[in-house]
Amino acid sequence: MSVRRWLQNHPHFLENLYQLTEKLFVRLDPLWSRLGYDRTERWLKPVEDAAKKVMFDCRVCGQCILHSTGMTCPMTCPKNLRNGPCGGVRADGNCEVIPDMKCVWVEAYERSQQMPVYGDEIMLIQPPMDWRLEDSSAWVNMLTGADKETPVGWAEAEAQPQ
Amino acid sequence: MTAAQKRQAAMQSGSRLERMLRAGHFAVSAELSAPDSADPESVYREARLLTDAVDAINATDASGANVHMSSVAICTLLSQAGYDPVLQVACRDRNRIAMQGDILGAAALGIKNVLCLTGDDVSNGDQPQAKRVFDLDSVRLLRVATVLRDRGMFLSGRKLETSPRLLLGAAANPFVQPYAWRPQRLAKKIAAGADFIQTQYCYDLPRFRQFMAEVRDMGLHEQVYIMAGVGPLRSEKAAEFMRTNVPGVIIPDEIVERLRKTPKEKKVEEGKRICVEIIEQVREIEGVAGVHIMAYRQEAHVPDIVQQAGLYPRPVLAG
Repeated sequence: MSVRRWLQNHPHFLENLYQLTEKLFVRLDPLWSRLGYDRTERWLKPVEDAAKKVMFDCRVCGQCILHSTGMTCPMTCPKNLRNGPCGGVRADGNCEVIPDMKCVWVEAYERSQQMPVYGDEIMLIQPPMDWRLEDSSAWVNMLTGADKETPVGWAEAEAQPQ
Repeated sequence: MTAAQKRQAAMQSGSRLERMLRAGHFAVSAELSAPDSADPESVYREARLLTDAVDAINATDASGANVHMSSVAICTLLSQAGYDPVLQVACRDRNRIAMQGDILGAAALGIKNVLCLTGDDVSNGDQPQAKRVFDLDSVRLLRVATVLRDRGMFLSGRKLETSPRLLLGAAANPFVQPYAWRPQRLAKKIAAGADFIQTQYCYDLPRFRQFMAEVRDMGLHEQVYIMAGVGPLRSEKAAEFMRTNVPGVIIPDEIVERLRKTPKEKKVEEGKRICVEIIEQVREIEGVAGVHIMAYRQEAHVPDIVQQAGLYPRPVLAG
């Protein structure tokens, strides 16, 4: 808990760490593709799970958007919101559903303001989840592009808003 | 021209609410308490209380996660009787498949306004054992509704034979944290497709003015019709209950105190007077296009409130 708190209260450090990890994974992509993504997933997922659970209380949605949400896991919001806070935030800034917990999005917003690299991404409209990816490795899904695939209707609306 | 401005330029559904807003009239909508009944008369009895004092009537979708007659059913009954209903769709109880089907069906049944909501959590309702869905959130639901309307297709890309004509709405709560993000969250909802906004109960006017000032700085009031949520409080007890138990409702101490100091037999009138004063004040704020009156179980007072606020009779629309 205290390790997680400390880390989450240093969002700029975390976004740098994310940036580094992403670069590393992408650079090593030829290796992963030669190894096969399935095989990569088998050994990578336990590592990813362990790290993200300790650091972010990760819920393994398989479509990680941490860097776009103030390095705060949106799936820890009891409503699984990915586009910002609901209207039920309590007067003290705590969660409607879990009164003892600070609203995940109040924290996400505060942290995003301390993130010069990815902070603005909290304004992006996040697409619907692909629930088939739940409990798979978000790192592998990032490499294969599975986490970026959206339904045709969404993709069209996104490409050319009316 | 931004996407939102383009959307703003064209008539979307032609509902009475939309025509009223487009004509520049200060619009009035009200919420109908969804009945616990299988009798259409239960809906009409409440609707008749609102009479001709409002332009549109919202039918809640199991508000507070308490089960009542469904919003689609209420809106259909209202539409058949000549009212202009606003269908509330909450992401709490249905996934994207059910919601798309409902929106399409609602349009076929004559419903022209849809308010896209995330929804109160199941834990606040009368059936806290229920599974919460939240497959989408309000922002994603808005965009999914624009896909049906503007692209004539389902989210999947499968074509519709006839697309629904809808005025799309969303909620906003400027009164809770993170305050600085609230105008930006509104911008997100506009980008996702909101044509109009109904806010949470507006009792904290300084906060609302601050919010609207930021909204104007961002030019958002020119891209969306903002209706301020208001409602009468029956007593200081009702106010205390609401601000303690209804998620996201902020009521300043001054208002609670004012009701406390009022003699018992005059409390209801005082509550209505406070509501009227708030309407008069929000009306003065640039960028506020109307009010949404949420008089839970006090629908009978709505015509009085509208009249005292100088909003009656409602303007007659040509055509």
